[in-house]
Amino acid sequence: MALVSVANLTRIFDVSKPWLNRVVERRKKAFLTAVSDVSFDIEERSVYALVGESGSGKSTIGKILVGLLPPTEGSVKIRDVDLARERDAARVDAVRADIQMIFQDPYASLNPRWRVRDIIVEPVAARGGQTRGMAEKLLEQVGLSARDAGKFPHEFSGGQRQRICIARALASEPKLIVCDEPTSALDVSVQAQVLNLMSDLKDDLGLTYLFISHDLTVVQHISDKVGVLYLGRLVEEAAPDELFDDPKHPYTQMLLEAAPKLGEFGREVDPPKGEIPDPINPPPGCAYHPRCPLAEDICRKERPEMRPLRGARVACHMAE
Amino acid sequence: MTMTQPILSIRDLTVEIPTRHGILRPVDGISYDIGRGEVLGIVGESGAGKSMAGNAVIGLLSPPARIAKGEIHVGGTRIDHLKGDAMRRLRGKQIGMVFQDPLTSLNPLLRIGDQLTETILAHLDVSRSEAEKRAVAALDEVGIPGARERINSYPHEFSGGMRQRVVIALALCAEPSLIIADEPTTALDVSVQAQIIALLKALCRDRGTAVMLITHDMGVIAEAADRVAVMYAGKLAELGPVRDVLTRPRHPYTDGLMGSTPLASRGKARLHQIPGAMPRLDALPSGCAFHPRCPYAQDKCSADPGPTLADGNGAACWFPLPHDAKVA
Repeated sequence: MALVSVANLTRIFDVSKPWLNRVVERRKKAFLTAVSDVSFDIEERSVYALVGESGSGKSTIGKILVGLLPPTEGSVKIRDVDLARERDAARVDAVRADIQMIFQDPYASLNPRWRVRDIIVEPVAARGGQTRGMAEKLLEQVGLSARDAGKFPHEFSGGQRQRICIARALASEPKLIVCDEPTSALDVSVQAQVLNLMSDLKDDLGLTYLFISHDLTVVQHISDKVGVLYLGRLVEEAAPDELFDDPKHPYTQMLLEAAPKLGEFGREVDPPKGEIPDPINPPPGCAYHPRCPLAEDICRKERPEMRPLRGARVACHMAE
Repeated sequence: MTMTQPILSIRDLTVEIPTRHGILRPVDGISYDIGRGEVLGIVGESGAGKSMAGNAVIGLLSPPARIAKGEIHVGGTRIDHLKGDAMRRLRGKQIGMVFQDPLTSLNPLLRIGDQLTETILAHLDVSRSEAEKRAVAALDEVGIPGARERINSYPHEFSGGMRQRVVIALALCAEPSLIIADEPTTALDVSVQAQIIALLKALCRDRGTAVMLITHDMGVIAEAADRVAVMYAGKLAELGPVRDVLTRPRHPYTDGLMGSTPLASRGKARLHQIPGAMPRLDALPSGCAFHPRCPYAQDKCSADPGPTLADGNGAACWFPLPHDAKVA
């Protein structure tokens, strides 16, 4: 059975102006649909990657998964427990201890006034667990030195800080780690070190990752399954080789075409047309139809359902 | 390129920052040329000195950083010793600059049309109505739809990609011969990035503008640049035609950098790791700055700084990898 099961997940944010402005300026309430009817499963010990451009809702899904945001509709079940609705406190607590998160910016996600030791053991200490010697062991596990435990975050470089964040995420011995752009702030050589470390840890500890990224090459390298998001909707899901060799959704095709390629010198890209539409007033039907070269009448009227196609799942009327 | 005079010519450029603990050299004796209509990519990791070199050219070093040595020529005129007004006249007129974050390079309180016409009036001897006409033309050229109406918009009314187009229009409107683009697409989504790169290349081709493209993204370099300079710890590690440098790197650092980039063709194999990290400027190793991380280092490497690159191609390495070395 899947470790994580996301079903018809929708998250709507109220982005209205304050009440008085609405009355004076005669504006209606405004709602932004960040995530719209997204369903997917994450198998245990696998890496599920969510890719998409800014505003596609990938980080919102990550936050809902770890419980930082409640879903508006739909459900997220982790080991069959729906964190947002489960009433049995003990079950919720047991599942929560199994989830950790790594953030994009290793400068903003470590408390500058805490020593590294205290930062790392906090997830365990907060639950009243035994933490003696734990920080030292974890630091060595992520390739730092046990002596670093007494230092402060400012004494480390960006890559080392991200290792500290990983050590902290490992402290409570989680099953699932949600990684929100974990290497986007790092240089390529440091990114390589962190990606290698993450895959080693996954193999050694039997971890499951939800890997959120905008970088297609990184996703292809690390993931077992990729979900492509556009304007809060899952448009395609496939294994990475399948997705990169035979993209089925026109948006995925555009994304792969637009990504810079290392081997293609002086490649003339026919640049993609248009931009991501306003999520407050998304286009009717398929959200991609205003930019889509294949769009026909049905695409403007009817939102495509996710359907299986040659080993992948795709939400497109035209894909075949 | 070798026959005609280059647009930008840098010789032995050294930038120093005096501190209490000694003098730091974020840029240390680099030399290169950029010809008409050429895109020179500058790559390197954070702290390699790539932005500092760009800022030195356009005269935007913030004190106490200063040019300690070397010469910078733009269109045959030496500019590294220019001060105040003289530099200000040159900046914008001869050299345009595009920064990473388009929102901070625009004045949020001025309509973009005013920002454009002001720049044109400052640098070109034209009437106000002519300047306004040129402002619309500049917006048109960078592909902003409805330029005539959008000219009255404020920066916050544009999306990130459109804003970066406005910044490029601003850099272009005085028709400079050189554009320095410092991470112009790093803050943008891939689809928008492709649009901006295509735009820069088209400008280069149509107007013969020389472009210094500073980025950390090897993929962008491969697609956009004609030649590439790889920087490490303030020095040029390698310089050459982009295809040669990226597919047959001769400097072990370039080789390591290419190996650590995730590639489709490499699948899920472990990424190559360069051990360690870039040294801090106040603790540079002796000899070649890369030797403690270099798998091929020998005694000579820790004693002698690497050979300097005269302008031209090659690797600043005592023991460059043979040309038939395997592609990482």
